Amino acid sequence: MSYFAILITYIFISNLILSQFLGLCPFIGVSKNVESAVGMGFAVTFVMSIASLVTWALYHFILLPLGLTYLQTIVFILTIASLVQLVEMVVQKYSPVLYKALGIYLPLITTNCAVMGIALININSGYNVLESFTAGIAAGMGFLLAIVLMSAIRVQMETEKVPRFLKGAPIAFISGGLMAMAFMAFDKALLNNLVG
Amino acid sequence: MDQLLRIFWGFLSTVLFGGLLGLGLAVASRKLKVEKDETVEAIEGAFPGLNCGSCGYAGCSGYAEAIADGSDEDITKCKPGGAPCLEQIGKILGIEVDTDAVRMVARVHCIGGSDVASRSFNYSGISDCTAATVLFNGDKDCKYGCLGMGSCISVCPVNAITKTANGLVEVDQDLCISCGKCVDICPTAVMRMIPEDADLIVACNSRDKGKITKANCKVGCIACRICEKKFPDAGYKIEDNLSFLRYDNRGEGRAEAADKCPAKCIIPNKSEKIEETPSAG
Repeated sequence: MSYFAILITYIFISNLILSQFLGLCPFIGVSKNVESAVGMGFAVTFVMSIASLVTWALYHFILLPLGLTYLQTIVFILTIASLVQLVEMVVQKYSPVLYKALGIYLPLITTNCAVMGIALININSGYNVLESFTAGIAAGMGFLLAIVLMSAIRVQMETEKVPRFLKGAPIAFISGGLMAMAFMAFDKALLNNLVG
Repeated sequence: MDQLLRIFWGFLSTVLFGGLLGLGLAVASRKLKVEKDETVEAIEGAFPGLNCGSCGYAGCSGYAEAIADGSDEDITKCKPGGAPCLEQIGKILGIEVDTDAVRMVARVHCIGGSDVASRSFNYSGISDCTAATVLFNGDKDCKYGCLGMGSCISVCPVNAITKTANGLVEVDQDLCISCGKCVDICPTAVMRMIPEDADLIVACNSRDKGKITKANCKVGCIACRICEKKFPDAGYKIEDNLSFLRYDNRGEGRAEAADKCPAKCIIPNKSEKIEETPSAG
């Protein structure tokens, strides 16, 4: 699979949120305004790309040779959680500017299922290290795209008259569902047309 | 047996791996510790840590930094912290501070609920006082009262404000941190700050003439001047067709004036609530 195809796949076709329904917690929780949605989106992209690299290395250099692949889920959780903590510390130490932009979002995604999901997808699809990294970035961009679109919708919805029983999370989930249906337009056929 | 051993090794290696990662993080947190200014940390520790923003900074840490580096010389901006916080900051910075000030709390100066105040139309727009005010200054006939849509509820950082059964709002004065956000957002300015130890309040905000007020609301202040004239020492003063009560000079006859009020809109500050005493044993 070419890198371009991987990019298109994880941004549009298998968008983690809108077609795999992973990471819905930050998708609903942090999408109340556009600014924080962008911050969250970039934080997720950042973590996903690093987590993809690290989990790939962990799987291929430790778990596979030792025959411990059945432990991959729990080990990945441990690794990703500590990795995010470590990254947070490093960023705080060496780049206060970046820390101010991403800092508050990093702890929120230590054990996010979307991050975990892309790590497992990488392994199951048999990607090499660069392909994994690309998939991580693309999945993060897909997340960014979805959450920014969602936040724009929710900002608009603030001024609309929503029936009381649908206020807040329910209407957000319904809008998310409609967005997911719209994203069904991106499918494998599109990829075949683009990449040939 | 083979299976058990397999589970055991899986368990052991995961524990070891997790422990190793934990150890690594512990070491990293030591090595990568960001040296913070001690004064900033001390000042930040003195704040309640609510991040309410009533000081004008993004959060408690922002204000602490501003105080510590001298760019902000006013150390009294933290309203939620109140006197104890001020005292602590004074100690840290070595400044003498006057901490006698009484804590201020927000109070709705209106008891004209849906049961006693008349309405001019049925409002069914979004539940927001400012939006309701745009439309003929709200749905109540009285244009000064509490609209009860709860704009104050949504800005209150500590959820101290609740709606009452008769379409008004109510501030829990024990929870109130005196940030004043509700006062700022209230379009009718019916929410005002009063001292925490206030005995009585004039629970009306109507500047209309007595006759109009009476037609709009059964419990509105009609500016009859009984409280002002009969009890000149009590601290009541009629201005703009509304009685105002002073709290700095509390003379004779305050409670009596409340009894004499024909509209019965002078009420105890902390009414209704029966103090619950924990029963022994």
